[in-house]
Amino acid sequence: MEKRAHFSGWTLPLLLIIPQMAITVIFFYLPASQAIWQSFLREDAFGLASEFVGFENYSAVFEQPEYYRAMITTVIFSTLVAFFSLAVALLFATQADKSLRGGHGFKTLLIWPYAVAPAIAGVLWMFMFHPTLGILGRPLNVMGFNWNPMLDGKDAMILLVLSATWKHVSYNFLFFLAGLQAIPKSVIEAGAIDGAGPLRRFWTIIFPLLSPTTFFLLVVTIVYVFFETFGIIDAVTGGGPAGQTTTLVYKVYADGRSGGDLGLSAAQSVVLMVIVIALTAVQFRYVERKVQY
Amino acid sequence: MAGVTLDTVRKIYSGNVEAVKGVSLGIEDGSFCVLVGPSGCGKSTLLRMIAGLETISDGEVKIGDRVVNQVEPADRDIAMVFQNYALYPHMSVYDNMAYGLKNRKTPKDEIETRVKEAARILAIEPFLDRKPRALSGGQRQRVAMGRAIVRKPQVFLFDEPLSNLDAKLRVQMRVEIKRLQKALGVTSIYVTHDQVEAMTLSDKLVVMSSGQIEQVGSPSEVYRRPETRFVATFIGSPPMNILPGKVEGPGRVSVGGQSIAVTDMRDGLTPGSAIEVGLRPEDVQAGGVGSSSLSMDVDFVEELGATQLFHGKVAGADFVVQASTGQIPADTRKLALAVDPANVHLFDPQTTKRLGRV
Amino acid sequence: MAYLTLVIGVILVAFPVYIAIMASTFDTATIINGNMPLTPGDQTLENYSRALFYGGKTAREPVMGMMINSLIVALGIAFGKILISILSAYAVVYFKFPFRKTAFWVIFITLMLPVEVRIYPTYKIVADLGLLDTYSGLVLPLIASATGTLLFRQFFMTIPEELLEASKIDGAGAFRFFKDTLLPLSMTTIAALFVIQFIYGWNQYLWPLLITTKSSMQTIVIGIKKMITTTDALTEWNIAMTTAVLAMIPPVLVVIFMQRLFVKGLVETEK
Repeated sequence: MEKRAHFSGWTLPLLLIIPQMAITVIFFYLPASQAIWQSFLREDAFGLASEFVGFENYSAVFEQPEYYRAMITTVIFSTLVAFFSLAVALLFATQADKSLRGGHGFKTLLIWPYAVAPAIAGVLWMFMFHPTLGILGRPLNVMGFNWNPMLDGKDAMILLVLSATWKHVSYNFLFFLAGLQAIPKSVIEAGAIDGAGPLRRFWTIIFPLLSPTTFFLLVVTIVYVFFETFGIIDAVTGGGPAGQTTTLVYKVYADGRSGGDLGLSAAQSVVLMVIVIALTAVQFRYVERKVQY
Repeated sequence: MAGVTLDTVRKIYSGNVEAVKGVSLGIEDGSFCVLVGPSGCGKSTLLRMIAGLETISDGEVKIGDRVVNQVEPADRDIAMVFQNYALYPHMSVYDNMAYGLKNRKTPKDEIETRVKEAARILAIEPFLDRKPRALSGGQRQRVAMGRAIVRKPQVFLFDEPLSNLDAKLRVQMRVEIKRLQKALGVTSIYVTHDQVEAMTLSDKLVVMSSGQIEQVGSPSEVYRRPETRFVATFIGSPPMNILPGKVEGPGRVSVGGQSIAVTDMRDGLTPGSAIEVGLRPEDVQAGGVGSSSLSMDVDFVEELGATQLFHGKVAGADFVVQASTGQIPADTRKLALAVDPANVHLFDPQTTKRLGRV
Repeated sequence: MAYLTLVIGVILVAFPVYIAIMASTFDTATIINGNMPLTPGDQTLENYSRALFYGGKTAREPVMGMMINSLIVALGIAFGKILISILSAYAVVYFKFPFRKTAFWVIFITLMLPVEVRIYPTYKIVADLGLLDTYSGLVLPLIASATGTLLFRQFFMTIPEELLEASKIDGAGAFRFFKDTLLPLSMTTIAALFVIQFIYGWNQYLWPLLITTKSSMQTIVIGIKKMITTTDALTEWNIAMTTAVLAMIPPVLVVIFMQRLFVKGLVETEK
């Protein structure tokens, strides 16, 4: 869709678009293309000269056992957070949708964690589940569960999933509620007249009608786990213990931090870019509606 | 004040779609000209070219003696009333009317005088401080008119200004627009698809179809002597009946085997050739038997209060007769129709042009 | 039943924060020995004034300073993004100029890659430009995104064409139309975008972590992390939790008090 009426002339529009273009080119296209370029280079030990090595960096990346571990960690982390945050959000949303009067108040009380920084969400949960002084972590140990996220990779992952889910439920809740409220009441009433009980109505009518929202949220949640949970991981586990909670994004950061090979780090970045682009391409089916160029 | 002259004006959109195909038209100073036609006939495009909102692909538009093809809308000395009114939603009624004047650096007290004057004429003084959303449809319509009036332009342009109003309000506003135009005497060009609006408002009626002018004339000329079959069926409600017929000889045609006398018929038509015979529903006399008559099988009757519409068939074609209520019993199954030779319109089946006297 | 579920939900959601608030009212010792009560203690004033004006034992940077940094970054990102994106959206929607579609796509593609995947190359560019440890360095790379442009574009498309045409007839040019009509009509959209971007900016973590080395440039979210990474014995949990509460207050207040704008911004920027 395009506007039929326009202003004429092109100097003014170019002036208007220059700030955004400049920032986009300098801070987006330049670094992105440098990452791609570097992923094909190898620097010598002193960082003075570099040579073109083709896909060597990529094969080196895929030969690292740590890379596969990070991949598996990312998949596990994403799956758990996506499942729990979507399920819990859907439960809350259906209940809030039912209670029309209280709905609005509950909405306010449920959505605010969105505003909490991921790193802070991580700190809050770590404090609660601290093995010696946490208000929940200590009782776990007293009961003999041997809980210690600082030493045990599984415990650390549980803590990360809890923090990441806690923060993201609010977002999914908001969109599910909006999705539910967009379903015409008459459709549900028709289902009731056709003799479907509440639970059956939910799974045969409401849930299928919500599926575009669910799909959209699934993609957004995965992207969230990939990138925004960086703060949670860094604050809670620092990728540990022994690298057991290092995700792909965290690995790029950690490798770069420890002054590792630039080419390897760039190759990892490029792989991540490809993953995100694939994810977003799927999401584009929905974005398309608003970009009709 | 100024008239408007169009000289073979064309609008060609990208992809060679010709929306307006060489229209020439003279609109006299102070007259009320209505462009009417079905949607997509190019009437709005033509109006927007006069306003300067569309570029003119070819030809010339003159306002007064000035060619305005390259003149910005703001400098054409015109004002426009839009279909959706296009009021600035964030400005008060007063500011909506004053905006154009402010942009022209009109002195403040002058603006105030003009806005107050327009508000008085349109009876919207109590709403000057309100935002458009706090107004009813009719009031918004008045504000849109007011915005045009305060500018004291050479030409008013109206783009289907009444189509967003309900039927009753539309009739009322129609009368007001006509009265206002007469009082101000400003040349007005009005676009509508509603033929009743077109008939009642215009001094000069322009019927358009697929980018071309079908006929120009006074409303009664267009009604009495439609130049094409399109105009005949577009102007008038219910529309003119068209029956297939044959030329019998000078001044006579036959319809379904029945012979009819025609006053306005071209000389030299070949006897036996096909011809289309147009009869307005209100022009045939039910029950009368004269020198020219047709018989009609009635299917059903529509009650309109003062009149009734009899729907049925004549010579195998759909036919409608309008009669005063009570004139014909409603349960009549067969009607004899008397036809006044002066009310018969003939059209060429191929060119659809009128086959009247030259 | 529905009510009960929701009440449990609200409690679950609020519990971690409640604990943090409680922790900010006790001294370190009470927390360390693991028997912190669930009712407020008496160290509130002490904790908050110490955190705000002195900082922790390990990071001796007053939290007040960090909050100011966070505020500058959040406001910079919010206003910066609004400014550049409303201008570019205006150009893309209301003008026809060469390479308009190209320009739109160049901006649009940035939707696909968050800053996290290109951190090191971006870091290098920011370093080359001498913007490490500066507010510009913290803000500029984060406003290179298409969300704002798309949001404004989408809104502009809903404005009736006739409004521009009426403005043209009323003698308003490109500048006047923007100032007199487009800007006033965009206020809600601007506010919604502001709310979302303020939260986004305030909560930034990875980018400030990379490019700030001076503690005077630290944002509050980074500051907290520094307070708890040292060995357990040294962690002043009361101060860390006080800081966490302080860090949550501005964005959470924004969400609660501007909920309508927040929801609008969230739904329209993401969808």
